[in-house]
Amino acid sequence: MTPRRDGRPRGRRAPLLLAAPAVLTAGAVLLPLAYLAVRSVTGGRDAWAILDARTARLVLDTGVLVAAVVLAALLVGVPLAWLVTRTDLPGRVGWAVAAALPLVIPSYVAALALLGALGPRGLLQGLLEGPFGVERLPEIYGLPGAVLALTLSTYPYVYLLAAAALRELDPALEEAARGLGRGPWAVFGRVTLPALRPSIAAGSLLVALYVLSDFGAVSLMQYPALTRAIYLQYEALFDRDPAVVLALVLVALTALVLAAESRFRRRARYHRSTATAARRSRVVELGRWRWPAVAFCGAVVGAFLVLPLAVLAYWTWEAIPLGRPVDLAWRAAANSALASAAAAAVAVAAALPVVFLSARHPASWTRLLERASFTANALPGIVVALSLVFFGARYAGVLYQTLALLVFAYVVRFLPQALAASGSALRTVNPRFEEAARGLGRGPLASMWLVTAPLVRPGLLAGAALVFLSAMKELPATLLLRPIGFDTLATEIWTATSIAAYSEAAPSAFLLIAISAPFVYLLVGRRGAELASPG
Amino acid sequence: MKKLIAVVLVATLAATLAATAAAATKETTLVVYSGRSENFVQPMFDAFTKQTGIRVQVRYGDSAALAATLLEEGSRTPADVFFAQDAGALGAVASKGRLAVLPQRTLARVPKRFRAPGKRWVGTSARARVAAYNTNELRASDLPRSIWGYTSPHWRGKVALPPTNASFQAMVTAMRMRAGDDRTREWLLAMKANDVKFYSGNTQVLAAVASGEVLVGLVNHYYLYQLKEQRPTAPVANHFLTARDPGALINIAGMGITTSSTQKAAALRLVNFMLSQPAQRFFARSPGRAEYPLATRARPRPGLPPLTRIEGAGINLGALGPQLSRTLKLLSEVGYTR
Repeated sequence: MTPRRDGRPRGRRAPLLLAAPAVLTAGAVLLPLAYLAVRSVTGGRDAWAILDARTARLVLDTGVLVAAVVLAALLVGVPLAWLVTRTDLPGRVGWAVAAALPLVIPSYVAALALLGALGPRGLLQGLLEGPFGVERLPEIYGLPGAVLALTLSTYPYVYLLAAAALRELDPALEEAARGLGRGPWAVFGRVTLPALRPSIAAGSLLVALYVLSDFGAVSLMQYPALTRAIYLQYEALFDRDPAVVLALVLVALTALVLAAESRFRRRARYHRSTATAARRSRVVELGRWRWPAVAFCGAVVGAFLVLPLAVLAYWTWEAIPLGRPVDLAWRAAANSALASAAAAAVAVAAALPVVFLSARHPASWTRLLERASFTANALPGIVVALSLVFFGARYAGVLYQTLALLVFAYVVRFLPQALAASGSALRTVNPRFEEAARGLGRGPLASMWLVTAPLVRPGLLAGAALVFLSAMKELPATLLLRPIGFDTLATEIWTATSIAAYSEAAPSAFLLIAISAPFVYLLVGRRGAELASPG
Repeated sequence: MKKLIAVVLVATLAATLAATAAAATKETTLVVYSGRSENFVQPMFDAFTKQTGIRVQVRYGDSAALAATLLEEGSRTPADVFFAQDAGALGAVASKGRLAVLPQRTLARVPKRFRAPGKRWVGTSARARVAAYNTNELRASDLPRSIWGYTSPHWRGKVALPPTNASFQAMVTAMRMRAGDDRTREWLLAMKANDVKFYSGNTQVLAAVASGEVLVGLVNHYYLYQLKEQRPTAPVANHFLTARDPGALINIAGMGITTSSTQKAAALRLVNFMLSQPAQRFFARSPGRAEYPLATRARPRPGLPPLTRIEGAGINLGALGPQLSRTLKLLSEVGYTR
């Protein structure tokens, strides 16, 4: 990275001021790993017997699922991001917000709704049976269903990060390419896409980690993933040791994913040439591609947002003649919003020192610190929750099972999303700007605040949005660590679906979307609106 | 943005302080970890508070996750009472010494086979395994009365079961204990060769029966009443298997008091309350509920065969727990779970 060229000794305060909070943050995020270490040491040796040929098969199947979902999320997320940030797509701001919203649908709800719509004897088959005599749809259980449900839950990661990167992309690069006579496809392929590499890598990483950690979708779609096996161990045996061993396998798999992402990212080196965040890119006119583009957005939002909601609405509608009251859980909604907003704010604040340290003071330990902070994200929620139960009951004192600990749990689970978003943003900011500010006599913190912060703002906001939306739907840690009686929308939905009262789940699910939408608009939509005005 | 963050942080802090302050005011407040669903049991906690003045704070969750939580918390648990959905979860917590011995007078309120051999938990209600069937396509007389009968080619592709469900696994354990591992393995393989359909839970199996996706589902008996509460016209009915067939296994929900509870007397009152006639009646006969009450003299919902007639497999539930790991191994070997 940036070697010292001017010969002045680098300010010592900056690394220490950064290192202390960064180490603290990484320590917090590594608690689940510490718990696994404790358990695997104290656990019986028998637990390791679970590592056999079947486990190898599980790892393989999990790998296939991760690869398929990452690919699908890229194919959906990147074009969407480009369309809503750079083109004259009709209804752009609306698409921009709607496309991010599937992120708040809990994956087990998404899977339930997809099964209700596309499963054997589901709504679609019912519609087709009358006029067309279709008696059997293609099999949805297994890989196809799992990929579909998980793509729904994860493509917004790719989409949000790529959109944030596109907004901050230096227009000069593309203009130069155009000036050299390149056509629009060549500009996209040779300039835009490579510049997106850090954010695409970060988005894919989040997708992969989510797929590794998810239980709801793979369980309902009956796909044999590692996380499902871990849950089954907990469910059936009440024996934590084999589950811990499987979780360690998952950690190893995560390390592989992290290494792959690093490799992919390292080959990309890109900084903007100027610090003028205000300058707008030229709006690409879609011309006759307008309507196909709208159709693409409509298909994505239709399949991944409207369809699940329509199924839920249908279930509610079915229950209305039964005289069941439709209750809106306003208090749960307020609780969800409060805890999730707090988690988003804390996570972004905690992520900054870690990414700044690793981007600006690269050394093997700072990189390791950042990478290690990602591992907890791939662990199933139940493992993270139990690790915080373990440490919380012992050391948190009166804070155990309070809101503060719940917010802490959200930060531990979702910090990587803030890391990925702010990290990919920071890597596009040329460190020379900070050095220039330092050269003009500003201190390290002042230059970071005055120069860097405004440039990475979209990345930080995207990170806050990701953490917020993920926390809104978080369930396993919420159930075990929330203050007693602190209902959230996710727990309300769980209460209803756990007794198959799907009609009662729908109002809470709608509320979840309704309160998330303005947050998404605030965080990612508004910037898109600014761009719409000719500049 | 900064303002927003500040407001959120202050609100969080205030809420936390308020919560801790509330926790500090000590009247008698029991903390219950409940693996039973809020809709099922909260009305009874409210009734208990109304009758005794003892407040009850309930942490709802999944029985297995709450059992693991109790084990991780150890003696530091805030919970006084564990209300679990199945004997396995209670047994796991009891076997690590985290549940206290209950007095004989409480235990004696339910038949012996529905309480812990070590006296550390007591069953509060029960459910039976049944074959639920689609009434548009089948009549009860079409169905085999024994679990062993569902492997005939006649049922090819028409039967569903939830391989990862704890109650199903308990049933397989009962089959092993009655007929041996070999015969159980043969049955599992024959079912699979007969194109049995797998679903993630009892609810999903029953929904598949209702939609006609399959014609028979091996589930617990009370899911039917939940389904009918949601969809009164759903074409499903329960077929009870013959007495002492492992396919008619009875499973329980039950309660235990934590060893570390400092309010054992109040906790015991709660356990006794759940075994009282009003609570037993609520579990058995309120709308959408049809569990078997366990307290002597409490009656099940009309139309259900009495518990004494579906003897279950005649196996003590406490004996199932230690057998479970071999059942799981078997299910994994024959490709039911991985």
